[in-house]
Amino acid sequence: MSVAEESTRVEYGKTLVELGREYPNLVALDADLSASTQTHRFAAAYPERFFNLGVAEQDLMGTAAGLALGGMIPFASTFAMFATGRAWEQIRQTIAYGNLNVKIVASHGGVTVGEDGGSHQALEDLALMRVLPNMAVLVPADGPETRAMVRWAAAYQGPVYIRTGRMAVPVIYGGDYRFQLGRGSILKEGEDVTLAGIGLMVHACLDAARDLAAAGVSARVLNLSCLKPLDWELVVDSAARTGAVVTAEEHMISGGLGSAVAEVLSEHCPAPLRRVGIRDIFGLSGKPKLLLEHYGLTAADIKAAALKVMEAKARSGGTRKRAGVAGGTS
Amino acid sequence: MTASPDVAQLQEIARITRLDIIEMLHRAGSGHLGGSLSATDILVALFFGHLRRRDEDPCWPGRDRFILSKGHAAPAYYAVLARLGYFPREELFTLRQFGSMLQGHPDSGCTPGVEIPTGSLGQGLSVANGLALALRLSGAGSRVYVLLGDGEVQEGQIWEAAMTAAHYRLDNLTAILDRNRLQIDGRTKEVMSLEPLAAKWEAFGWHTREVNGHSIPELLAAFREGAGIKGRPTMVLAHTVKGKGVSIFENQKKYHGVAPNEEEYRQALKELGGR
Repeated sequence: MSVAEESTRVEYGKTLVELGREYPNLVALDADLSASTQTHRFAAAYPERFFNLGVAEQDLMGTAAGLALGGMIPFASTFAMFATGRAWEQIRQTIAYGNLNVKIVASHGGVTVGEDGGSHQALEDLALMRVLPNMAVLVPADGPETRAMVRWAAAYQGPVYIRTGRMAVPVIYGGDYRFQLGRGSILKEGEDVTLAGIGLMVHACLDAARDLAAAGVSARVLNLSCLKPLDWELVVDSAARTGAVVTAEEHMISGGLGSAVAEVLSEHCPAPLRRVGIRDIFGLSGKPKLLLEHYGLTAADIKAAALKVMEAKARSGGTRKRAGVAGGTS
Repeated sequence: MTASPDVAQLQEIARITRLDIIEMLHRAGSGHLGGSLSATDILVALFFGHLRRRDEDPCWPGRDRFILSKGHAAPAYYAVLARLGYFPREELFTLRQFGSMLQGHPDSGCTPGVEIPTGSLGQGLSVANGLALALRLSGAGSRVYVLLGDGEVQEGQIWEAAMTAAHYRLDNLTAILDRNRLQIDGRTKEVMSLEPLAAKWEAFGWHTREVNGHSIPELLAAFREGAGIKGRPTMVLAHTVKGKGVSIFENQKKYHGVAPNEEEYRQALKELGGR
């Protein structure tokens, strides 16, 4: 893994400018946060195709829907909290129900928003978007994946939600990475436990796998960046092979990745599961790194969860037997 | 746009449209009567006397667009679309039934001619703005029309969108407000005051014209005027009567969302003059 390069939001902003050259009908919208979401880059390059709606997220989503209806490819951006929280019903009624070609790319997902605190830290956005029919829900783990997803979204016909983050993250993928809807990726093979992450937490999963390897545990690491539709075959295959699963997300453990994986496992391949995520509590102000530690979102937390879920597997007598519960406290 | 619409002919279409609405709701056993009848003349004047469209090509890219933001007036909208040939008239009488192409509120996935799903109030003006921006960007000369309810403008999003339309100088947009003065729980002035409504739209930067929403000539004149306004959007504030056309339904809040019973149905047919 290379050193930190840049945040997924910055890669989004840069990719949008490239796409503006390729798609004359691509437009961008924002709600007074263009410097933070990085749509200001597009605004500078294509001022006639950029629309700032002011502090009005409901109108932002409705206007994006109308632009799509008129044959444009709108990318609508604001903070994940306001996009999915303030304007959820606008997204549901007009964009998802209407199956319109709107791309919502929302930044500042998770506690790593940092100092702005609980009001600005979206810990529910993935749950809110995942319940909407027609909506694809994506969370890139690094710059190249962001670029691939945003390029894919521009070419795809239909509503898409992409969550980007504030923090700079290390690079996992090469420039040739291609995103496929409904597909996750195996970042590391392993036999004893599966660590399935999303977004920033994919990096923590990789770090945890390295630490586990030092302790003699072989972990398979998944990036389930396409949360909806979820790559359920990969989840089932991983559970069947390793017999124990840990999910990790910078989001509530209810409604997001942990829930999605629990749903698949309980229906198709019951296996011990532990979910690393935010446990029914709001965010706080602080430095991002400190917040990740405070909320139990570090490689050490994932490693601890892996060891616990492997104990459950051992108690149940091996790989394929029914055991454990999806939930509980850590 | 029709060169000079025959007003008497449009009035006759409006009368028949009202008969269709009564029939649809009576057969369906539910639906929004009052707001459909208040909006009937507006929709007829717009679709049969003003909108740029081609009968033989409903999806003609150069067409003017319409969004029914007050989605509960779906029966009136469906009756007009059927008369325009978007689907067979018999479909009208499947309204609200399982498997029907005519959902309780407009669903673009089910009904030919419907541009976007509506029914959750307050959202259509934002969509109309986006559509107007898209049409302007693509160089199409077409206009966007959106019909709002008066109770609906209690939604905050309407005023967000009102600012947006003026800010982006959307002179290819006309909004029509069906000012029937009633909402589900009673008179708008008792539930949540709206006045001074015309002054509000003026203050938000809209060219605002008040008309009798049951006068086809006044409506047509306001639509024509709006199409000529440069640099700002147009609001046609149409004063209407909820339940217009049938005395027992007029200005009665109980008929907001109630279908006529047998006796009311017969009286409505009688008052509207039959087919």
